[in-house]
Amino acid sequence: MEPAHPTAGPSVSPSLSPSVSPAPQSAPDPAFPAGPAPTSSISTLTLTRTASPQENPPPRPARMPWATRVARRLVPFGYLTPTIVLLFVLMVVPIVMVISYSFKDNVIVERNPVLVGFANYTQILTDPNFRTALKNTAIFIVGSMGAHLVLGLVFAMMLNSPLLGPLTRSVFRVLYILPWLFTIAVVAVLWRLMLDPAGVVNYVLEAAHLIDGQVDWLASPATALWAVLFINIWSGYPFFMISILAGLQGIPTDLYEAAAVDGAGPWHTFWNVTIPQLRPILLSMAVLDLIWTSQQFALIWMTTGGGPLNSTEMLSTYVYKQAFSSYEFGLASAAAVIVLLLTMLLAFFYVRQQRER
Amino acid sequence: MTTVTTTSFIRRRRKQRLTKVALITGLSLGAVFAAAPVLWMLSTSLKPNGEVMATPPKLISGNVSFAAYTTVLTDPDKLRFFINSYVVALAVTALTLLVAILAAYAFSRYEFRGKRLVNVVIVSVQAVPPITLVIPYFGLMVSMGLYNTYPGLIITHMVFTLPYAIIMMTAYFNTLPRELDEAVKVDGATGWTALWRILVPISVPGMIAVGVYTFMISWNEYLFALTLTRTDDMRTVPIGIQLLMGQHSYQWNEMMAMSILGSIPVLVLFLIFQRRFIGGLSAGAVKA
Repeated sequence: MEPAHPTAGPSVSPSLSPSVSPAPQSAPDPAFPAGPAPTSSISTLTLTRTASPQENPPPRPARMPWATRVARRLVPFGYLTPTIVLLFVLMVVPIVMVISYSFKDNVIVERNPVLVGFANYTQILTDPNFRTALKNTAIFIVGSMGAHLVLGLVFAMMLNSPLLGPLTRSVFRVLYILPWLFTIAVVAVLWRLMLDPAGVVNYVLEAAHLIDGQVDWLASPATALWAVLFINIWSGYPFFMISILAGLQGIPTDLYEAAAVDGAGPWHTFWNVTIPQLRPILLSMAVLDLIWTSQQFALIWMTTGGGPLNSTEMLSTYVYKQAFSSYEFGLASAAAVIVLLLTMLLAFFYVRQQRER
Repeated sequence: MTTVTTTSFIRRRRKQRLTKVALITGLSLGAVFAAAPVLWMLSTSLKPNGEVMATPPKLISGNVSFAAYTTVLTDPDKLRFFINSYVVALAVTALTLLVAILAAYAFSRYEFRGKRLVNVVIVSVQAVPPITLVIPYFGLMVSMGLYNTYPGLIITHMVFTLPYAIIMMTAYFNTLPRELDEAVKVDGATGWTALWRILVPISVPGMIAVGVYTFMISWNEYLFALTLTRTDDMRTVPIGIQLLMGQHSYQWNEMMAMSILGSIPVLVLFLIFQRRFIGGLSAGAVKA
């Protein structure tokens, strides 16, 4: 230990500065990163590091007594202790637990569960219901993401139009954000009311001669998946819209002026100025949406419960049922680990793709 | 020459007016899509239950009544849902803010070994699906005796709120010049004093944004509230709404009244902090 000290103090900052990440597209604006935007937040935190080596190192590191130096280096960990403890208890321990559960039979229910190797995984992966859940989740995600993107973009561009007065704009903006302000439990009961066979949606559609007779949207296998997809689109687009709106406002006007000078029409401008400028936002929104939609549980559980005939079964409801309806915690854990791996895979590709850009 | 420009000017004016008409039409259609369901919720909550499914549907019933609201607000079982939600959400907000401020201070003002690792963990925690966590949480809470208690819910909600709060607070602290706390430190004060005397008081706007967001996440949380509580007296509002739905006949008006009452805290917070909130979210998006 002794020999390390002389270099330890001064080497702190040099040893850290090489690790400064390429920080892909860290705009230096003092902003809040929105939600779990993975790389953006990494770059946020590394920013300080890039800036600090000059100003931060302790004034006279070499002459400081050993104990003081060690104490100094422990200071940040003091501040981080609650976080580290919580993350350990709430994240590391549970993940280890769920992995170990997944190799056991009758875990939690049974006092002495037996190890069964990969039997749970085999059973899950060969379960046709699991494959249905996988397929439904994929449809649900792709449908939601696409519609959120399009609606968010269209609404944001309308709201951003210079033809609108400030009052009109803010009135419409509040109206458009409304769906996002209701918790998913409320969204679920509201749409159950509206999509009831005798409900208002059927009445309107019948009056417009779009359907014949009452459709039980959430209870017939043919329509249930589309109905929950529609509900999810309704409740989720405002987040896209808000972010895209802010992005639109951040596009420098001289880009548009330059396009106009070049004689570009609105369509051309949209594809060659607006979309490229929004690209980073659209990408990170898409990833956030992917993560959130794949985790959607409450909406499905409260509208269809995964039925009828598994037509709206998602990975989340599948895992939940295995655990809390069938009390097959071993099987549920295996499914949960598979879901975790899928998520990690997506996150990994996202991070890699962000690095490459 | 002049005539040409005048006609083109007029043509442009006319085109602009047409665009504006199209725009307002489009916006109004979108607004119907966005807001009509909310209007219907309000309308239903003010009807007697017998008229909820009446054909043709009426937006305003002949006998508007607040009976559904009175029923919800005078039923101790239903009030209990609200109390539970407030207790949990407020505790989660306070604890999250406290822990996040400390962590953000370390991230913003110190260099240390493992900074990157902790950072990566904090960021990636947000991608872990709650459904994966809920099974071990159930096992943990039962074995620690926290199943069906406030602390069990409060701690588990923090897994959602903490990462976001730390990232937001760190970004906020990073906007504050280091000279501020360095100046205090030169006068002999410790980092601890600098944090609580200097940084925290000027970070109130950031803390409000983080606090509002945290409160909303906890107030809306469903999966953990469903699995980690058992008795009706521990249920939160989202589960309470679902419990109303489970009863033999649907009391739609009461469900809608309860939905509206349950949405009020979030609506109010949003309306008060609208600018800051949208600003915070959008700034992050621009950044990403």
